Amino acid sequence: MSGETTPSQTVGPYFSIGFDWLNRTDLPHGAPSGQRVTIRGRILDGEGQPVPDACLELWQADTSGKYAQPENARAKSPDQEFFGFGRIPTNERGEFSFTTIKPGTVPGPDGRSQAPHIQIAVFMRGLLRRLVTRLYFPDDAAHATDHVLNLVPAGRRATLIARPIATEPQTLEWDIRLQGEHETVFFDC
Amino acid sequence: MLRYRRPSPGTQPGLLYPPYASSIKRAPTQPLIPLPHTHSETTGPYFPRDVVPPKAFDLTRQHKGEPLGERIVVSGRLLDEDGRPVPNSLVEIWQANAAGRYLHKADQHDAPLDPNFTGMGQTLTDDEGCYRFVTIRPGAYPWRNHYNAWRPQHIHFSVFGPAFATRLVTQMYFPGDPLLEFDPIYNSVPVESARKRLISVFDWATTTPEIALGFRFDIVLRGRNATPMER
Repeated sequence: MSGETTPSQTVGPYFSIGFDWLNRTDLPHGAPSGQRVTIRGRILDGEGQPVPDACLELWQADTSGKYAQPENARAKSPDQEFFGFGRIPTNERGEFSFTTIKPGTVPGPDGRSQAPHIQIAVFMRGLLRRLVTRLYFPDDAAHATDHVLNLVPAGRRATLIARPIATEPQTLEWDIRLQGEHETVFFDC
Repeated sequence: MLRYRRPSPGTQPGLLYPPYASSIKRAPTQPLIPLPHTHSETTGPYFPRDVVPPKAFDLTRQHKGEPLGERIVVSGRLLDEDGRPVPNSLVEIWQANAAGRYLHKADQHDAPLDPNFTGMGQTLTDDEGCYRFVTIRPGAYPWRNHYNAWRPQHIHFSVFGPAFATRLVTQMYFPGDPLLEFDPIYNSVPVESARKRLISVFDWATTTPEIALGFRFDIVLRGRNATPMER
C-alpha cells in the first residue's frame, strides 16, 4: 500500500484552542549546559501590520550540536536534557519572545558543519501551509561556509540573522516579514 | 541519511490563493528556496506518553456534563507514503462546538457556547499508528471571506511524525457536506483526488451501538527516498 501525503490546511484563527497546552517559551526548562539567549521580535504582514494570531514552532540542537532523540535521552538526567522544541504564539501586538540556549554546530552535507541555527516553522490564518525559515546567530565566521546561507542570495541573507540589542546582553532581535522589501527568506523544506 | 520526498505537483495547496482572502497579505511573494535535508530536518521532537493526559482523547468528558450535539468517534491511522505506520506521534485536534462556535475570544459568531465543551483533544498514535478520539460533530459556521461564506464542518488536525520535515497541520471534513464545493480553503488543493483525501469516511466498524457514529480519517505523512541523494 502506498499513498500521497495528506494536503495541508491552514491552522485558521482559533488554533490557540488546540495549541496552547503545549506552549514552550522557556526552552532550557531545567539546567542544561550552554549559553542562554533570549530572542524576541515581531511578525509583520504585507502592509507592515503586526500579526497577532501567529505561532512559531522551533526545533534546535543542544549546545553540543545534538538533537534530542529517544536514544540520546536515556544517557542524560532529565535536568541535563535539552528538549529543543518550542511553541511560541504572538501576542496582540504581533510580538513573540523565547529563551533558549545557543545550539552547537550540526553536521551538514559533505561532512562540513552548519553554522548554529534554529529551525522555525510559522503557522497562522492565511497560510495554507506552514512557512519554514531558519534563525542564525550574529557575528559567526561559520556563516561563510554554511550550506543553507550559501543557497540564499547575498542581499537577502541578513533576514535570517538575529541582531544583538546593545542595551540588553544575551538578547537578540529577529523579525519575520511575510512580504515587502525585506521579506524574510522562507524555505521549501 | 534518508531524505524526505517532495510532494507531487498540485497535491498540496500553494501559499497565495486569492479566493482565500487572508492569504493575500500573508503569503510570501519570493520563491521558496529548496532546503537540503540534514539532521536539522530529519529529526524532530518526540513526546513521551505522559505528556498527554489519559482522558485527552475524549472531548465529551472534559467537563461536569456532556456537551450537546451528535457524539462521534473519529479514528484512523497515521501512515507514511509507503504505507508504514507512524507510531508514538502526537496528534492534536481542535474544533467548533455543535452550534458552530469556537471557545475563542475572536469568534463572534452569534451561536451559543457550550459550557461542557472546550473543543480540544490530544493523543499519541499506538504501535500500529492508530489514533482515536471521541467528540461531537462540529457545526458549520459563517466567516467573512466572501458574501454568505460558510465553512464546512471540520476538525483541525495537527500531527508531528518523526521529523521536522513531516510536521503537518490539516483539516478533516465530513462526507457529503454540500459546503465543500464552495469552500476556498478546501479547494486550495489543486488536484481533486488529493483534496478528497481530506474527507473522512463513515465507518460501521467504529460506529458504537447506542453511543456514537464512527468516522475514519487516515493521515499520510511524507515518505523517504529509497536512495540518499539530493542536490
